[in-house]
Amino acid sequence: MIKVKNLHKSFDQLKVLRGMTTSIGKGEVVVIIGASGSGKSTFLRCLNLLEIPQKGEIFVDGIDICAPGVNLNLVRQNTGMVFQHFNLFPHKTALENISLAPLKVKKMAPQEAKKLALTQLERVGLRDKENAYPRHLSGGQQQRVAIARALAMQPKVMLFDEPTSALDPEMIKEVLNVMKQMARDGMTMVVVSHEMGFAREAADRVIFLDEGVIVEEGPPEQVFFHPQLPRTKEFLSQIL
Amino acid sequence: MKFLDYSVIIKNWPFLMLGLRETLRISSLAVTMGFCIGSFVALARLSRSHMLKLLSGAYIEFIRGTPLLVQLFILYYGLPQLGINLDRRAAAAIGLSINSGAYVAEIVRAGIQSIDKGQMEAARSLGMSGTMAMIYVILPQAFRRVIPPLVNELIMLIKDSSLLSVIALTELMRAGEHIRTRTYKDFEIFTFIALVYFVITYTLSKILGYLERRLQVSD
Ligand SMILES: Nc1ncnc2c1ncn2[C@@H]1O[C@H](COP(=O)(O)OP(=O)(O)OP(=O)(O)O)[C@@H](O)[C@H]1O
Ligand SMILES: [Mg+2]
Repeated sequence: MIKVKNLHKSFDQLKVLRGMTTSIGKGEVVVIIGASGSGKSTFLRCLNLLEIPQKGEIFVDGIDICAPGVNLNLVRQNTGMVFQHFNLFPHKTALENISLAPLKVKKMAPQEAKKLALTQLERVGLRDKENAYPRHLSGGQQQRVAIARALAMQPKVMLFDEPTSALDPEMIKEVLNVMKQMARDGMTMVVVSHEMGFAREAADRVIFLDEGVIVEEGPPEQVFFHPQLPRTKEFLSQIL
Repeated sequence: MKFLDYSVIIKNWPFLMLGLRETLRISSLAVTMGFCIGSFVALARLSRSHMLKLLSGAYIEFIRGTPLLVQLFILYYGLPQLGINLDRRAAAAIGLSINSGAYVAEIVRAGIQSIDKGQMEAARSLGMSGTMAMIYVILPQAFRRVIPPLVNELIMLIKDSSLLSVIALTELMRAGEHIRTRTYKDFEIFTFIALVYFVITYTLSKILGYLERRLQVSD
């Protein structure tokens, strides 16, 4: 589903990604861990071209998204993104947040877009919140609406950038449960998160990113409990 | 104090009200035009085109860096030399609109920039184009935030419109001057005119306070 070859990204002098290579299969769930500043967010943002890499190749569903002349807006429709701070549209209700892009980008008929939005709300367990504005929702509910909003575009891949790190502990679970259900439903997911419970239960693979390169990757049990490299051990000892 | 005679106001009431009407008419026209000009200039300033950035920047800096009085003189007394004759009302409306547009542009630009950049990213990540994101996500939010500073701008503009008296537009201030040359009741006339401006601007600033509280609640 995703193929990344020798990806480089820097901001002015600062080299953030220094040659990342990996591939992610259809339906695979990958969790990315790594220290602050190691380039996790930057990597995710390259996958939907919120950042444009300087060097390297990215294929999503067989399409070279770094090729010149590629339609950015089309690429982004295929890759849903969920942000740490939800980024819901505050002037729109939960339902409108979800139906906006199907209406405007896909030119869906209003009735159809509404139906789609309600289905997505149902899916994240918030069918009764259709008319609520984001400010009237808890953090966990807001994040679930944000997930529903991304899902409504029927993306092939979902990217999550620390989706639970701005949430109170009691709300983390409700968001993770939605994500686990998505994983079971066969969604291809790339998740930046240090939630080990989620990784162990839902992830097929854990990638440890350090200074812009993948230093270790493997099944969750292996990376978490039998890391091969001292750098990984050191990092894990800090977060466990 | 017996020499003060406010009956001059009563006697000239209809004429003063005509002046007030002109003041309100030209101010509301200018604020509307100023808002249109300002919005476009703000978008131009934030666009990626170097040309648009340069032109809009130059407009804003020039207008804000020169007195309105001088701008009005250029329009009304200067342009005829180039064969462009504007009648006083047109010169007044254009002058005030162009002037206000520069200030509004900065207000709108600040409003747009005050929207968290995560909003644009969320919109783009859903496949919206930059224009779409602007129209459906950024501008509606920015608009609510700029309402209070825009009302403030309207208050400034109503006061500034008194300068239009120098290009012979008979608005409130010039109406007062007319009466003065006939009656020599300078003190009575101009204290009354000051009161009229004050009532208008004070009312607006009360409305502004109300709007600010309302918008705060809904934020
Ligand atoms: N737009 C930008 N301009 C300049 N520098 C940036 C930009 N975005 C990120 N960086 C820098 O790139 C480095 C990597 O950032 P990134 O956000 O990818 O790290 P991260 O692994 O997600 O960290 P965290 O765990 O703190 O979120 C950081 O040093 C950051 O300051
Ligand atoms: Mg990050």
